[in-house]
Amino acid sequence: MKFSLSWLKDHLETEASAEAIAEKLSAIGLELESLEDPAARLSGFVVARVLTAERHPNADKLQVLSVDTGEGQPLQVVCGAPNARAGLVGVLGLPGAVVPAGGFELKKSAIRGVESNGMMCSTRELELGEDHDGIIELPGDAPVGTAFAAYHGSDPVFDVAITPNRPDCMGVYGIARDLAAAGLGTLKPIAAQAVPGNFPCPMPIRTDDPEGCPAFYGRVIRGVKNGPSPQWIQDRLKSAGQRPISALVDLTNYVMLAYGRPAHAYDLTQLSGAVFARRARDGETCLALNGKEYTLDAAMTVIADDNGVHDIAGIMGGEHSGCTEATSDVLLEVAYFDPVRIGDTGRKLNLTSDARQRFERGVDPAFLDAGLELLTTLIVEICGGEPSEVIRAGEPPKGTKVIAYNPVMAETLGGVAIAEGEQRAILHALGFAADAQWNVTAPSWRPDVDGAPDIVEEVVRIHGLDGVASTPLPRTDGVVRPTATAVQRLERKVRRAVAARGLNEAITWSFLPEAEAEHFAEGNGGLWLLANPISEEMKAMRPSLLPGLLSAARRNLDRGAAGLGLFELGRRYLRGPSGHSDERLTLGVVLAGEKTPRGWASGKAQMFDAFDAKAEALALLAEAGAPVDNLQVMGEAGAQFHPGQSATLRLGPKTVLARFGMVHPATLKHFDVDVPVAAVELFLDAIPGKRGAATFARMHYAPPALQAVKRDFAFLVDAALPAGDLVRAVRSADKANVVAVRLFDDFRGQGVPEGQKSLAVEVTLQPGEKSYDEAELKAIAERITAAAAKLGAMLRG
Amino acid sequence: MDYAATRDEALARVAAAQDLGALEALRVEFLGKQGSISGLLKTLGAMSAEERQTTGPQIHALREGVSDALGARKDALETAALDARLASETVDLTLPAPESARGSVHPVSQVMDELAEIFADMGFAVATGPEIEDDWHNFTALNIPESHPARAMHDTFYFPDRDADGRAMLLRTHTSPVQIRAMLADGAPIRIIAPGRVYRSDSDATHTPMFHQVEGLVIDKGITLGHLKWTLETFLKAFFEREDIVLRLRPSYFPFTEPSVEVDVGFAIVNGKRVLGGSGDAPGHGWMELLGSGMVNRKVIAAGGLDPDEWQGFAFGAGIDRLAMLKYGMDDLRAFFDGDVRWLAHYGFNPNDVPTLSGGVGTAA
Repeated sequence: MKFSLSWLKDHLETEASAEAIAEKLSAIGLELESLEDPAARLSGFVVARVLTAERHPNADKLQVLSVDTGEGQPLQVVCGAPNARAGLVGVLGLPGAVVPAGGFELKKSAIRGVESNGMMCSTRELELGEDHDGIIELPGDAPVGTAFAAYHGSDPVFDVAITPNRPDCMGVYGIARDLAAAGLGTLKPIAAQAVPGNFPCPMPIRTDDPEGCPAFYGRVIRGVKNGPSPQWIQDRLKSAGQRPISALVDLTNYVMLAYGRPAHAYDLTQLSGAVFARRARDGETCLALNGKEYTLDAAMTVIADDNGVHDIAGIMGGEHSGCTEATSDVLLEVAYFDPVRIGDTGRKLNLTSDARQRFERGVDPAFLDAGLELLTTLIVEICGGEPSEVIRAGEPPKGTKVIAYNPVMAETLGGVAIAEGEQRAILHALGFAADAQWNVTAPSWRPDVDGAPDIVEEVVRIHGLDGVASTPLPRTDGVVRPTATAVQRLERKVRRAVAARGLNEAITWSFLPEAEAEHFAEGNGGLWLLANPISEEMKAMRPSLLPGLLSAARRNLDRGAAGLGLFELGRRYLRGPSGHSDERLTLGVVLAGEKTPRGWASGKAQMFDAFDAKAEALALLAEAGAPVDNLQVMGEAGAQFHPGQSATLRLGPKTVLARFGMVHPATLKHFDVDVPVAAVELFLDAIPGKRGAATFARMHYAPPALQAVKRDFAFLVDAALPAGDLVRAVRSADKANVVAVRLFDDFRGQGVPEGQKSLAVEVTLQPGEKSYDEAELKAIAERITAAAAKLGAMLRG
Repeated sequence: MDYAATRDEALARVAAAQDLGALEALRVEFLGKQGSISGLLKTLGAMSAEERQTTGPQIHALREGVSDALGARKDALETAALDARLASETVDLTLPAPESARGSVHPVSQVMDELAEIFADMGFAVATGPEIEDDWHNFTALNIPESHPARAMHDTFYFPDRDADGRAMLLRTHTSPVQIRAMLADGAPIRIIAPGRVYRSDSDATHTPMFHQVEGLVIDKGITLGHLKWTLETFLKAFFEREDIVLRLRPSYFPFTEPSVEVDVGFAIVNGKRVLGGSGDAPGHGWMELLGSGMVNRKVIAAGGLDPDEWQGFAFGAGIDRLAMLKYGMDDLRAFFDGDVRWLAHYGFNPNDVPTLSGGVGTAA
């Protein structure tokens, strides 16, 4: 909402400066977006008279002027304008002034060897117009020496952001009312006088849609002369950022901007039969004033005559019945439209307008008559013509609300104690009425007020929020109690653990291109697809954290990175019960390209491989508190992974805690990645939580007194036997003695038969009370070889 | 016999021995079982007591002298051998050591941890809610009915889906629905913050379609705007670790609060960047909008299943990405979500810098 200071002063008697008003606007909740003060832009420019104009000694097109600035000696100014001449009164920019067009500062200088003490300006240089053919010529009696800003008339313009709850401040008058209540002046009463009609309204009006249009008032004015509106109206509209069109259009706009009261003027000759509000018919069209045709439906209200729709009610008038230069008879429409209907219609048509903004917030239902009289008065005054009597169809809602209020609430809710007298005064100034028992009646222009807290807000905002004193929240006794949940602790721990392992945490979009999401979604039971994505690239909610990380890896590789490790902790979005989502906390890791660059000691660069992914998966599952010793390495990591170099880590056959391995080359190709990538996805939600209350004391432990014994075994096994199966068999061969089994060799080739491999394990045996003797060690070794033999393993000789 | 001459000769030969082998041969020659000096010692037994009195000490001195010389020579040769070996083992320690990657924690995560730490001290727990929400939790329960103009202010991402109750599914436009979920789940009194991802259909230089917000909610008895002001002041002072943070409350409008206040914070321009602190009205200072807040609307309390005549409270919301930018000096929001390892290495945090109250929640540059 933009308006000028002089417009505000139409309604507010005030001596306050523009700056003081600006500050107060923000302080009472009418947030100032900007205050543009042309006087500031024109400071340093004065009205000046050219006394003499001589040819410049060194340049044909320049003249040397002697200029009277009203004080002291005349100044010498070099000027190139063809119209510069003795006797001309114009505008001189003094050294130090900043020229609005171009923003450069004027300085005392020498032009072709002649001193110049300023610049005579054109309208374009001062951004007052387009003329640049010569310097400004003011009337001969313009007062030499006065600041040009003062002479020209400078009117500061406020731009205020009006919150959606304040339709009353969608007009300058409402803003003036708030400022007056806040002590910045006196509100001038609205000078609406009933204009008597000279004849009955010749155009019948009615409302056939009392829900959408409860009230439709109107009157005809005959014999108007439409032309440009007077300068003062044009100035006001320009300050509001509106382009003057013609007097009739400008005056309806003026009433809307001044009083928040939209109105419409139809060219009477374009109407036939009665004019009435009704529901649109499905598929009916209206060519609106913005030149666009809108297709309407039966949920929308329109103003129509026998021939068709003339107006998308409360939003935009129609092209056919709008006023033109030729218009001589007009029908004025001042109506009340249902705010919900207006909002719905506007959203459906994707059509905003100044009228819609006001109607959908709720215009003052008690201001129809006054609005119509104000508009009539202005039209008759400016365009002439003869008004008919007012004709009224329907009735606007009453909507008077009485609220039981208690003035102590200013303190108990608003945090500031305000004397009852001051509260009464504030409410009165805002148009509220409070009786002795503090039953408060809200004014008709405040549809937003419907409870005691609203009254608190009014009182407190006008009194000033500066008065609210900081009040500490009560503290619990002693040291603060821990607040984090188990999941929050898990998330924090895992995050710092991954970062400590050398990976960088990324945050990537929650949405993906649908094809990428689909590729990663197999078995997830339906993607969440946005109905109105910003682009097709951001359409599907991610079912996995890997695609976002792969794209991030690609961007890094494209920027020249040779190798990188990225991780992200976030949600996967799956389908849950009752049509809701199932959002699961997940860790994604990608290890792309070089693990170690080529080096003087290590030789060629080493690429990340599946075991790097396995190492991350196990280390991080351990950090997350998963029972890593009980996990099984199984298959089915998913089609996005290399089928021979990927696996899942499971707790029991069904519960998948992680999947890891090399990303499938086809997947990499889709993501435009041309280096090998190892990846891990850790399903943190699947990790079983700790049972029971947390205890701090660990289980009892004392290191064994006797030293552990190590024995090596090498077995020949089928080349296809998973090494993990052999390790598990050895470990469970003698649980009383075997405490650890480490596989240290996997060999195929010379000395090993075709189709077999040699696996060597180091077994750690822990004696209990007494040391092993030879017979015991032999018995343990036999149990180990027997357990291995069940897998077809032969002890190597 | 001239023991002195024998000694001199032996010592000369020991000194001339060039390696440990030659030295060992000399030891055997002199002191071995068949050694020449060992032989002399054996002659003592055949001597008279008087002769032994004079000769004995001479022979013993000879043996000791040679034995000491052999030992000293052995030490010298061993030291020389070790020195030679070490000299041959010299490496160039200006060569690079094996590199290990340095990881980092994203600024948004770090700031979320800082928020949790600060608010824990004021008795706030951390609450969460789904990002794929229904329109009742995201709008209706927050006093934003279907036709409310405020719905249009939120550029909402919708799904074509509806839940079992027929509610439209959408991406939450703010963290405020967690208010409703917390009240319905836990009743009152409540002190929570709810950090998380939120979504608006908005994308330009300073807006991203996904960003992070933190919600705060206090529901209790006798809570006023004064408590809100104290809480935000206390939080901002702790977060920016400055005692001179000055807040300015401005009346505003949010459907879910009444009264509603916008919170501005004073700043100064230092080296071209906004640095919070001081009154915005002081010379060289200004005010910037930082938070939206207010007293929770009675309708919202009722939607949360609580009696608004019994309970009242305040709520606030702030952008986490923005708080991170203000504190740590990033100036491009889009970079937060790009995953550029150079940016992450620069603006990310050492995982050992865990925010704690005793160590200061912030991490110095």
